[in-house]
Amino acid sequence: MKNNKQIERWSPWLLLVAVIVLWQIICSGFGVSEFIFPSPWRIWTQFWEFKEIIAGHAWRTFWVTMAGFGLAIVVGVLLGFVIGSSRLAYAAMYPLMTAFNALPKAAFVPILVVWFGIGVGPAVLTAFLISFFPIMVNIATGLATLEPELEDVLRVLGAKRWDVLMKIGFPRSMPYFFASLKVAITLAFVGTTVSEMTAANEGIGYLLISAGSSMQMGLAFAGLMVVGAMAMGMYELFSAVEKHTTAWAHRGSQGE
Amino acid sequence: MGKIRIDGEPVTGPLKISGMAFQAPSLLPWRTTVDNVLLPLEIVEPYRSSFKARRKEYVERARKLLQKVGLAGYEDKFPWQLSGGMQQRASICRALIHEPKMLLLDEPFGALDAFTREELWCILRDLWTEQQFNVILVTHDLRESVFLADTVYVMSKSPGRFVVKREIELPRPRELELTYTKEFTDIVLELRGHIGAIRSNAIADAAKAPAAIPQ
Repeated sequence: MKNNKQIERWSPWLLLVAVIVLWQIICSGFGVSEFIFPSPWRIWTQFWEFKEIIAGHAWRTFWVTMAGFGLAIVVGVLLGFVIGSSRLAYAAMYPLMTAFNALPKAAFVPILVVWFGIGVGPAVLTAFLISFFPIMVNIATGLATLEPELEDVLRVLGAKRWDVLMKIGFPRSMPYFFASLKVAITLAFVGTTVSEMTAANEGIGYLLISAGSSMQMGLAFAGLMVVGAMAMGMYELFSAVEKHTTAWAHRGSQGE
Repeated sequence: MGKIRIDGEPVTGPLKISGMAFQAPSLLPWRTTVDNVLLPLEIVEPYRSSFKARRKEYVERARKLLQKVGLAGYEDKFPWQLSGGMQQRASICRALIHEPKMLLLDEPFGALDAFTREELWCILRDLWTEQQFNVILVTHDLRESVFLADTVYVMSKSPGRFVVKREIELPRPRELELTYTKEFTDIVLELRGHIGAIRSNAIADAAKAPAAIPQ
């Protein structure tokens, strides 16, 4: 039992190491050109060589993403509350929101550049546009799927709509909220990077483009790895917060 | 159409003087047992406005009530850590915490096993003995109604009408042993007869026997 748990815990790292080793073997074994498909070792050396430059771009991407993501939380929660607590708003807004979500967010970047110029603006807004939708949908779902039995408990006491929302709707939708944060943060990184590729002079997205155009494939891959690592780190952070604050919804895995 | 009057006043909405428990315990899974019991005090005046200031006192009161129904040691557990019978006890505590004059129970023991159900009859009896609130209890269980009630109304289904009113004159306090005596089973049999008659007349395909314990 204990052994199995240990294996489960380390399994992502084991898989990562296995993939890297296999990758290295293929690259060295078949003599794949570093300009086409760099080996892990090459990526690592490039990463180390340019670590200060990468760190600068990574920091920029990180805070821009967090700004867009913060905006997405505020707007997503507010819209989710409105949509989830009123049938009329749900009926009116949901189809429009779905249509909006279907638009490729990368297509907004040129428009945002016209409005806000090259730089932080388009990146923050792209991260926001791509990540607020899951938050909104989840909050709305959490509120709209309230068990009527739970509402009745308050209704018979003469509670107002607001009471029901605050005492039942809000806590009940918290697990949905945290689940959506985990999805949204990874999307936000996608938004920022995509936007930086065309509309910025800084950030990992910009680094990818400039490394690619100067045939520094190792550096480009290193940039990709850094974005992946940042997104994974944030995902794990929200995952931990979720487990901490909404343990009641995850009772199955805790064993009592 | 019938009318509901309480204290001579027609009922138009939820009443402050009533507490209610349902067939399902409906405890909020993110609140501990004691916090679930406290819920009505966060909603109903006059407790609501003083809830923050007097929270300690209210928590004490909720714990005492929980101990009375045999939930000592489970106050800080979450609902999903309790058995069905325990959850239902907590639910009854929640219905009583704001000291309502009228307790409405809608088949509260319906989903419990026979022994737990009898245990909870006694708990309800003891709480009533102490606080003397009015109870309207809707149940399918004839023994339950005869054991707990002062008056039993047999009700027909669609249209829901009172078909029989039966005063239960068994002396109080009543012990569980009473349910095995002849006078007790005679009353149960009599009520069963009424329900049998309703059902065979095809007036209704199910009947409920509401019981009331007036003050």
